[in-house]
Amino acid sequence: MIRAENIYKSFDDNEVLKGITTEFYPGKTNLIIGRSGAGKTVLLKLLIGLHTPTSGKVYYDNVDFFSLSKKEVRAIRMQVGMLFQASALFDSMTVEENIRFPLDMFTSMTWKEKKNRVNFCLERVSLGKVNDNFPSEISGGMQKRVGIARAIVLEPRYLFCDEPNSGLDPKTSIVIDELIKDITVENNITTVINTHDMNSVMEIGDNVILLYQGEIAWRGNRDEVLQSDNETLHDFMFASPFLQQLRDSALQK
Amino acid sequence: MFLKNFFYHMGRYTIMLGTSFSRPEKHYMYYKETMRQMNDIGIGSLVIVVLISIFIGAVTAVQFLYQLDGTLVPVYYVGYIIRDSTIIELAPTITCLVLAGKVGSNMAAELGGMRQKEHIDAMEIMGVNTAAYLIMPKVVAALVVIPMLVAIAAFVSVIGGYLAAVPTGMMSDAEYIQGVRSFFEPFNVVMMFVKAVVFAFLLTTISCYQGYHVRGGSIELGQASTNAVVFSDIMILLADYLIAVLLTG
Repeated sequence: MIRAENIYKSFDDNEVLKGITTEFYPGKTNLIIGRSGAGKTVLLKLLIGLHTPTSGKVYYDNVDFFSLSKKEVRAIRMQVGMLFQASALFDSMTVEENIRFPLDMFTSMTWKEKKNRVNFCLERVSLGKVNDNFPSEISGGMQKRVGIARAIVLEPRYLFCDEPNSGLDPKTSIVIDELIKDITVENNITTVINTHDMNSVMEIGDNVILLYQGEIAWRGNRDEVLQSDNETLHDFMFASPFLQQLRDSALQK
Repeated sequence: MFLKNFFYHMGRYTIMLGTSFSRPEKHYMYYKETMRQMNDIGIGSLVIVVLISIFIGAVTAVQFLYQLDGTLVPVYYVGYIIRDSTIIELAPTITCLVLAGKVGSNMAAELGGMRQKEHIDAMEIMGVNTAAYLIMPKVVAALVVIPMLVAIAAFVSVIGGYLAAVPTGMMSDAEYIQGVRSFFEPFNVVMMFVKAVVFAFLLTTISCYQGYHVRGGSIELGQASTNAVVFSDIMILLADYLIAVLLTG
């Protein structure tokens, strides 16, 4: 479990996060949602230590992350997988080399064991025969899947996904969402997803927090979204008149 | 303001160096990356270094022959002047100034691009010491390969001088070779390698510093690449002066 406790973060005079306290649970897909500029990415990067909080604490299973030494931080990070918005695959490496990179760096596995593990991860994300392709030679959706394969290759306990659906069509987005959900449940991973895709909220939102102007404006799960009377949530989730009508008709039924 | 900036960057540069030279997570991965860098820096720069060195030797020969024309200085001195000026100054300094433009800007752009495309963040999250993995192999490779390039440059410059002076009839083959073999001071070669090592360290670490700390977009990346070349060149020339004072004083 990951717990954020009273997190404040400022960049110069701009206070981006204002007293965020929340928990992210294992085996669940925990979503951080909100409009652009709400502070989602800052919170996500702060949870994994790419930003440090102005004040507040982050606990990984009751271990205070920001009080750890660099060596201890690296030990925790080896249990972390991350899927970036633009996948962040290394351009000069093939798909196989990308996925193998963490294995090469941190394990003493034999070449054959690494090969098997890479192939297993590729199969898990439903990708075959792209081992020798470079990232530029595969589609955006495939790049995301390779990013997921690389994120899970070391069997992480925590998985972070920054806008996993950005730039993808609705169908592929659902495939990626379901994949993340399945991997989370199978391996009892604490997964934190940063998104503003309402489909993701309704499909995989086990534990959802809505950020608005640096504060938590709403929290709940996908089943509570429709019933909630939180104005900020409605403005975000059902932004267009069409979606508002859909919500109204769903509630009437 | 200038002093504040100076100390800010010096502090960050020192911290980066401290982090870079730490124990590798996996020696094989660092070895592989170092070999790749050696190939990029060494083989990748060989042609331009050879071309520039030929012309430096040739121009030095032609200009000294012009200057000594009508004086009482023996013509064979041209060979001696070319040899010593290339070994002491031109080979290490000009080669490293050129490499700052080619290799340095490339390193800054590569690291800056990786920073902007979140590759460095991805490695950090995996638990990789990115400063060590991305910078140390570049510095080690440069410290090994650049002195070799400088030695090649010195040798080729002497040949360039020969090609400009002898086949054109400005001086005889015997005179040139006599000059090249006269008054040889082995310590000058030591000085050349001291300069090559110091310049290699400066140009790689300054360029890596510029690239590693890039923020923003393509304009900032361009600026980092330019700064890598400008600051490397200035520091190389400053170090050149200091080494000259220290080793010849």
